[in-house]
Order: sequence, then C-alpha cells, then structure tokens
Amino acid sequence: MAEQDQTYEALFARMQEIVAALEAGELPLERALALYEEGMTVAAACQRLLDEAALRVQELQSGAGLRLGAEE
Amino acid sequence: MRLLTVSQLNSYLRELLEADEILQDVWVEGEVSNFNRHTSGHCYFTLKEGDAQINAACWRTYAARLPSLPANGEAVLAHGRVSFYEVRGQLQLYVDMIRPAGVGLLQAQFEQLKARLEAEGLFDASRKRPLPELPRRIGVVTSPTGAALQDILNVLRRRYPLAEVLVSPCQVQGAGAAESVVEALYALYDAAPDVIIVARGGGSIEDLWAFNEEIVARAAFASPVPLVSGVGHETDTTIIDYVADVRAPTPSAAAELVSPDVAELAAAVAALAEELDFAMARRLEDARQALDGLRARIALRSPAVRVQRDRQTLDELLRRAGAAVGHSVALRAARLEGLRAQLAALSPTATLERGYAVVRRAADGRVVTSPEQPAAGERLEITVRGGTFGAVKQDGP
Repeated sequence: MAEQDQTYEALFARMQEIVAALEAGELPLERALALYEEGMTVAAACQRLLDEAALRVQELQSGAGLRLGAEE
Repeated sequence: MRLLTVSQLNSYLRELLEADEILQDVWVEGEVSNFNRHTSGHCYFTLKEGDAQINAACWRTYAARLPSLPANGEAVLAHGRVSFYEVRGQLQLYVDMIRPAGVGLLQAQFEQLKARLEAEGLFDASRKRPLPELPRRIGVVTSPTGAALQDILNVLRRRYPLAEVLVSPCQVQGAGAAESVVEALYALYDAAPDVIIVARGGGSIEDLWAFNEEIVARAAFASPVPLVSGVGHETDTTIIDYVADVRAPTPSAAAELVSPDVAELAAAVAALAEELDFAMARRLEDARQALDGLRARIALRSPAVRVQRDRQTLDELLRRAGAAVGHSVALRAARLEGLRAQLAALSPTATLERGYAVVRRAADGRVVTSPEQPAAGERLEITVRGGTFGAVKQDGP
C-alpha cells in the first residue's frame, strides 16, 4: 500500500484494526508476522505524518468579494 | 376617484398594512393601560405614550408564553405586527411578546427570537451531534481580516497541523453581515468539510448582532456537519450558540474543541505500536509454547526412547539371568559336594579300613559275591586296606 496517499485517519484506523486482529490471537503465525510488520510500518508512517504536518489553509472563493467587510 | 363599500375599504386597509415589512415585525415601546384578560385567555390592552395610543391584542397562546402579564401603567416593549380589525374598523397591534422596557430593545428581540426558535426545537439537545475525532477538513466562517481567524489558525497549527482549513470569508458586523454569514455558511456546506467553526472576536452586543439574526440561526441549524460557535468573549451568548452543536466561549476555544492535540495523537500512535509489540510478542510466545509442548509429546513417542527402554529391559533380563545362573551353579556345586561326601561315606575303602577285603575275578575285575561264582583254580584279586594281591580259588567251599 502506498502510505503517502493515505490519510492519517485511515492509517490510524488501520493500525487499530491490526492491533485488534493480533490481540484476537487466532491468526496463523505467518499472517500475524505480516500484520505486525505492516503495523510497524503504519505506525512509522503515522509518526512521520504527525512530524511533517503543516496546516493547509484554503480560502473559499465564493465569499471573496466580502473581504472588505471590516471587523474590529 | 373610487366608490368602495365599507368592507372593501377595510379589507383594502388591512392588506395595505399587512404588505408593509416594518409593520409586520415591529417593537413598540409604550405604557400599558386598560389591560383586560378575557375569559377566552386572550388579552386586550392599550399602549400609550404621551398623547398617542394604539389598541393591542395578545392571543392566548402568546400570552401563555409571557413570563408575567403586564400591569396597567407598566412601561413595556411589545413585539408584534400591526393590522386592521375590519369588524370594528380599528387599527390594532397584534402582540406576540412583551418585555419590560428596561431591558432594552436588542435584549427584548434576542429573547423573543430565542423563545420562538426554542419552541420550534432548533436548540434541542437531541439534535446536537458529537464532533468528529479526527477532522480532516475544518471549515471556518469568519472575517478574513479579523483576529479571530488568526487565533483559530494559531491553535490549529499548534495542535493539529494535519488538518486542512477551509476559510469561508464573511462580513461579521454591520449592515448585511447576517446575509454574508449565511452565504459563507452555505458555501462551506457545498465544500463539505468535516466540521465547521463560526467565529467572531469580542465586541458590543450590536457588533455581535449578526449572530442573533434568525436567518443566521436557521442557516446554522441547516448545517450538514457538526458546527461549533465561537462568538465574542466568554460572557457573550448569541442565538447561534444555542443552535450550534457545540458552543465554545471564544474563537480559540472553538479551534481547541475541534482539534485533537498532535502530541496526544503521537502518544496514541506510540501506545498502539506498543500494543502491537506486546500482541506480537505474546503471539510468538504462544507459538513457542505450543511448539515446546508438541516437542515434548513427540519426544515421548520417539523410537529412541523405546530403544532405550528396551535396552534397559534387556540389561535387566541379563542381570537377572546372570543372577539366576550363578545361583544355580552354586546350588549344583553344593549338591555335588554333598554327593561327594555321601560317596566317600559309601566308599569300600572305608570298609577295607575296618578289615574287610574285596575279591575280584582277575579275568574281568568283577566282584565275587558268591562262593560258586569263580571256577576252581580261577585267579582272583584280593584287595585289602594296604593293597591288592593275587589268589587262586581252591576246590570245595
């Protein structure tokens, strides 16, 4: 899966899923290991997103004409 | 020039008055007199100010909602509409709300609208929605030049830089502000953010008035996503605060309410990673234990064990056999010794010792046990204790 394209929310949700699946403890070992590796990758991706996040601000155009309306 | 009947005239007058916007939504300040509550529950009175007066009626349903009925001589603000009572040919103020004059017009308007919207269910707790845990897109309706926007962006930058902020600019005070807020809200509804903040910095009650307007309240009520109001300071309450899913005391507080803290998120990720580690370690430990168990069971069934066991059995058998044989040899030796002793006791030597002799035929060595046995002249051998010597059988006994 391409983590760059994943949102933090999706990654975090995936991690929760993985932990739940592992904790259920009914997976074949190979599958469990694969999930574990995926979980660690996802955790790192989450951390990276948090570290590198920069607020994006976008102004909607529809109300642009009202910009002159003064406050304070 | 026209000729009208009275009813045509009165109906024309009524329509004229009812077509006037100001007269259909008006606050009138005056003093109550001739107050009369009819048995039907409807109230009738006169509002006076100086030499002027107007008849007023307050229907039972509205009268029931008044905190208290006005007394004669009381100065009040009455809200309602002006119409023409055709039956009597009378101008009349149809009142739906009465407030003591002291509270001020804006306050009275506020309370009247609040009561009406509340009765309509716009403030119902049952329709308040929870805020999304991890909003991706946060809509902000506020002035693009105001401090409120900067406060909000600062909070979001610090707490939750993962978000995308959609600013829907609007005018937050002055003429047309309410319409502008409504327009900005609907522009955001089209952009479909996960949550919306409606914000404005502090100001006087007049400055904040746009957020007390009915059109703004209804537009906020129509929000398809949870809406947080952050208007004015903590002490200010506007109508939109009642309609909003969550009311924040200030714009910054609104931003805090919609945003999870990135530090908490990082902690949550770390906690999940730890849980993951733990779950995996336990899974591996389970697997190891299962394997160990199997290994122990298989070892019990290994041929090596059987061989070992059989070898032991064999050793044991051999040992027992050896022991048995040894025992038997000793027994036989003992028995032999006994026989030898017996034999010795039975030996003729012992008899010879006592003076007896053994006579044998020399020819075949057979012992002579009867006088007739050997022929006359036959050679014999006689053995006594000291040895053997020859002899010859004589005739006769």
